Amino acid sequence: MTAPMPVIIGVTLVVLLGLATFLTWFERRLLGLWQDRYGPNRVGPGGILQAVADGIKILFKQDWIPPFADRGVFVLAPAIGMMTVLLSFGVVPVTAFWSIAGDLNVGLLFVLAMMGMGVYGVVLAGWASNSKYALLGGMRAAAQMISYEVFMGLSVLGVVMQAGSFTMRDIVLAQSGLWFVVPQALGCAVFTLAGIAETHRLPFDLPEGENELGAGFHTEYSGMKFGIFFLAEYAGVVLISALLVTLYLGGWQGPLLPPALWFALKTGALVCLFILLRAALPRPRYDQLMALGWKILLPLSLINIAATGAILLLHAPG
Amino acid sequence: MFGILRTLWLTFLHAGHRRVTVGYPEHKPPLPPRYRGRIILSRDPDGMERCVACNLCAVACPVDCISLQKAEQDGRWYPDYFRINFSRCIFCGMCEEACPTYAIQLTPDFEMSEYLRPNLVYEKEDLLISGTGKYPDYSFFRVAGVKIPGKDKGEAEREAAPIDLHTLLP
Repeated sequence: MTAPMPVIIGVTLVVLLGLATFLTWFERRLLGLWQDRYGPNRVGPGGILQAVADGIKILFKQDWIPPFADRGVFVLAPAIGMMTVLLSFGVVPVTAFWSIAGDLNVGLLFVLAMMGMGVYGVVLAGWASNSKYALLGGMRAAAQMISYEVFMGLSVLGVVMQAGSFTMRDIVLAQSGLWFVVPQALGCAVFTLAGIAETHRLPFDLPEGENELGAGFHTEYSGMKFGIFFLAEYAGVVLISALLVTLYLGGWQGPLLPPALWFALKTGALVCLFILLRAALPRPRYDQLMALGWKILLPLSLINIAATGAILLLHAPG
Repeated sequence: MFGILRTLWLTFLHAGHRRVTVGYPEHKPPLPPRYRGRIILSRDPDGMERCVACNLCAVACPVDCISLQKAEQDGRWYPDYFRINFSRCIFCGMCEEACPTYAIQLTPDFEMSEYLRPNLVYEKEDLLISGTGKYPDYSFFRVAGVKIPGKDKGEAEREAAPIDLHTLLP
């Protein structure tokens, strides 16, 4: 009962882009809730059409490229940022029967590769803008995202060892007894932190750092090209949440409710957690961010790998 | 580490707190009675203009937004025109403090937006209200020793009759 591939791709794309659009409104409402105010509540019921209003506004803005920018790369950068996020979704299995390439045998590696590519979107945007703030933002993004990619890759190795596979669907199925968040709690924590840094969301949004860099790597962007960066960021939040669900929280598995709903519920809860992080935590200094990564998270993920390996060896049959 | 988790939890608890926002056009904010909003000119209990065109408000105004011209009728002074430019007014209330007759008063009304700047210049007929404002019983000419029709010297409240100078001679 697998749906035809074009349908899956089409639905995934529409749902994802729609979700990213409405997350702009949802995040503002939720931030408002946690800051004892309302947030956008005027356009449509509960303000839900704010996302549509913003979309119309941003689409009708002048599509301007600064004369000092490197035109080709300037246009390409947001496309790269969006594309890598969308491609990563290809290997996320929503249910056992609903995924574009959930049984790709290098699924997890593909995600990590796309995350690595995603750095180019930000770095090239900073470079092509040809302005100091954008360049500083791009530099920060490069260092931050490449550093955190290291621990991200290392932290998921524990999952791969336990599941014995890089295929996303097999990883979910391997959690039918116990979700990996229990034996891999350390890996899960490191992966979450790395994921926030990877999507450069608050509190790790140093590439944007609006109080010291203007708007960071997208200082020179406006109109829909800025909109694409924005959407890519929200799609990235959904992606990291979906990955956390798939790798650590048992994917679509759960009692009573249909699998797709379980997947949506878990992902939604994690998206809310990401927004809560933004509402609650201040941005660390840049060197603190790097120190946290290399001095704490890297050793932790290595310890996680070693411990997982040792336990697996002890329990290995024969 | 613990601090971070505590912050997250406390922020999460704010979901149950009351929102401080007042949804303005639907819900009006509660204004204190002494709120300094739109400026009005009041009348005395007899329904006459309180303003005696003494110019003290215009002098006290730090942004020079008040302009008026004195006129006189039967010994009473009153403003020929009285003009407040609300696009300049900073609602400091110094005019109210300077006013010797309680004529000029600030009210708890701030909804005076206009599309055209000239519409913010209020003339006397825009400023004058039919009531007495904050001081319902006060009438300047009833307590002042000024002679007006119907009230001679010495007939004001708590005012002694003028002394006949010739009785003071040694």
